Amino acid sequence: MTADRPPPGTNEITYREAVKQAIRDAMIRDPRVFLMGEDVGRYGGCYAVSKGLLEEFGPERIRDTPLSESTFTGAGIGAALGGMRPIVEIMTVNFSLLALDQIVNNAATLLHMSGGLFNVPLVIRMATGAGRQLAAQHSHSLEGWYAHVPGLKVLAPATIEDARGMLWPALEDPDPVLIFEHVMLYNDTGPLPDRRPVDITKAAVRRPGKDVTIITYGGMLPKTLAAADMLAADGIAAEVIDLRVLRPLDEETVIASVRRTRRAVIVDEGWRSGSLSAEISARIMEQAFWDLDAPVGRVCSAEVPMPYPRHLEQAALPQPDGIVAAARATLGPR
Amino acid sequence: MPSLGADMAAGKLVEWLKKPGDAVRRGDIVAVVETQKGAIEVEIFETGVLSETLVPPGATVPVGTPLALIVGEGEPARARPTPPPERPIAPAPPTAPPPVAPPPAAAGARPLASPAARRLAAARGVDLAALTGSGPGGAVVSADVERAAERAPAAARGRIDLAAMRQAIAAAMARSKREIPHYYLSTSIDMTTALAWLEARNADRPPAERLLPAVLLVKAVALALRRFPELNGFHSADGFRPAEDVHVGVAIALRGGGLVAPAIRDTAARPLDDLMAAFRDLVARVRAGTLRSSELSDPTITVSSLGERGVEGMLAVIYPPQVAIVGFGSVTRRPWATDDRVEVRPAVTASLAGDHRVSDGHRAALFLREVDDLLQSPERL
Repeated sequence: MTADRPPPGTNEITYREAVKQAIRDAMIRDPRVFLMGEDVGRYGGCYAVSKGLLEEFGPERIRDTPLSESTFTGAGIGAALGGMRPIVEIMTVNFSLLALDQIVNNAATLLHMSGGLFNVPLVIRMATGAGRQLAAQHSHSLEGWYAHVPGLKVLAPATIEDARGMLWPALEDPDPVLIFEHVMLYNDTGPLPDRRPVDITKAAVRRPGKDVTIITYGGMLPKTLAAADMLAADGIAAEVIDLRVLRPLDEETVIASVRRTRRAVIVDEGWRSGSLSAEISARIMEQAFWDLDAPVGRVCSAEVPMPYPRHLEQAALPQPDGIVAAARATLGPR
Repeated sequence: MPSLGADMAAGKLVEWLKKPGDAVRRGDIVAVVETQKGAIEVEIFETGVLSETLVPPGATVPVGTPLALIVGEGEPARARPTPPPERPIAPAPPTAPPPVAPPPAAAGARPLASPAARRLAAARGVDLAALTGSGPGGAVVSADVERAAERAPAAARGRIDLAAMRQAIAAAMARSKREIPHYYLSTSIDMTTALAWLEARNADRPPAERLLPAVLLVKAVALALRRFPELNGFHSADGFRPAEDVHVGVAIALRGGGLVAPAIRDTAARPLDDLMAAFRDLVARVRAGTLRSSELSDPTITVSSLGERGVEGMLAVIYPPQVAIVGFGSVTRRPWATDDRVEVRPAVTASLAGDHRVSDGHRAALFLREVDDLLQSPERL
């Protein structure tokens, strides 16, 4: 079955296919690029992103690894130090915790600890987020943890264009870049984007509005846009900002929008405590306090391990209704 | 239809390997399903008899769809199951409580107002306590302040609090004398030509349209400043920043005491009649208390004229962050030496106080001479 390919004769493409085309394109452009991870070769990738690449590029460049995240992430760091441009795929961010030492203690620090001598041009892709009933060991949104760490750049492509365009500039970056692909986005379809690389320093205004700024990223973007539609039906014009880059944060775009709308809601699939949403809220307080007309609102996942049953999983996740309610709360009675 | 991969949403039944009536045992392969990953065999977890297939070969069905009915050993044949209703997602409370603390009740003298509303109210002189809020929890928000400021412009902008003004003047003047190293220059300007020109110009005009000498003086200063940018601008912690245009602030005394120096914008570019109208308008609005705040913050230099009070000359204090102030005394008839003779001529004493951090006496002297030159050929004004 070829559900990941657009039906013939259309210019639609899935997010999954966009990621694959980005990898393929990079492999063709630069012989130093290779893909490494669990089941990326013969199985075609846990989310079928790399299906067919083994046949096209061979086992030297599409490498199946043992089930040891620490080992193959470390190997990726070594290859990057040795002049290669590795793409390491980790099945889910939950599993990346086994490689936390390599990512945080090695990849993020070597440039600093070598006195600027050794860059680590490594790209790590991982799936994140819930919604597929994969339970508490495969469904969490921990990208905010990595956004805490100096030395890392953290990207969250939420659109097909970004899924297609972020990989090449990430590979060109001389330092480690983490790319988080939300599991609920893989089947999204949309117009075939240009081959152009995209900017990986700026947030994007996905929908302009004047009444309240809703800040989000990754898998929460579609739900936030749905909430903005619901708000528009009630005459409330929400501006939706897609962060795109979780570290370093593009404060300028966020603060400029909040200064205009005077109200902010942050939608983050991570848990509320100590989250990226907390960081953004704090920066709004630091830089736009005197422009606010309401307390900053947040919509986050329930503070529980992600449940398996569908109704509980959905109840634990941010939903459009909750986003609408939080946006309304910043506006007062109408 | 079993889930055969983390991202599998649906599968296509390719082939049944058992047919109705066949006995099946746990572990048997009963069907082949095609997914994104390829063809996968479906094994069975029950032992019994396959009584009915529910999905024909070639059909694509979502994960979770029953594919066939199995009757256990000794069980009666069952009717086709109706799919269990999807358990509803626990709905978010329709009006989920906002995830932020509710605003405190407005207690005592402190009105409930947002930070933006507070800042705006301070800038527009709006009393927050008098407003009804439309924001979260009834808080006053910036839009409420804007509406109030528009509703009552005169009350909001113009009510001049004399005590507060005295305090503001005190603070500004004390700061000026503390921080600005003033230097002072003065010169006497022969006004014979200027007054004769003015008299001719005013001759056939009704009083309301006549030009006053003060307007000639202000215009001469404004034109001269074009060549002396170091006297026209603002000094701050970052140093001096010359202003792009000339907005002369004209000092106007208030009846109850105190004074303000609102700007006549683009002074150098405006014709005399226009300046005169602007000047009359400013005086009227100062007396009525309806100045706009921008007029008070705009001036790039100040001109103070105490002529009508009979003062001969003045040494003025610079109004920070401006860097110069020009003073004019009365136009008086006085002995004037010319060609070894003494004549009686109308003359005015012009003085300048400059900020020595920004400009020097030499340039300021040239500036005063330029003002003098302009007043000797008033048709250029």
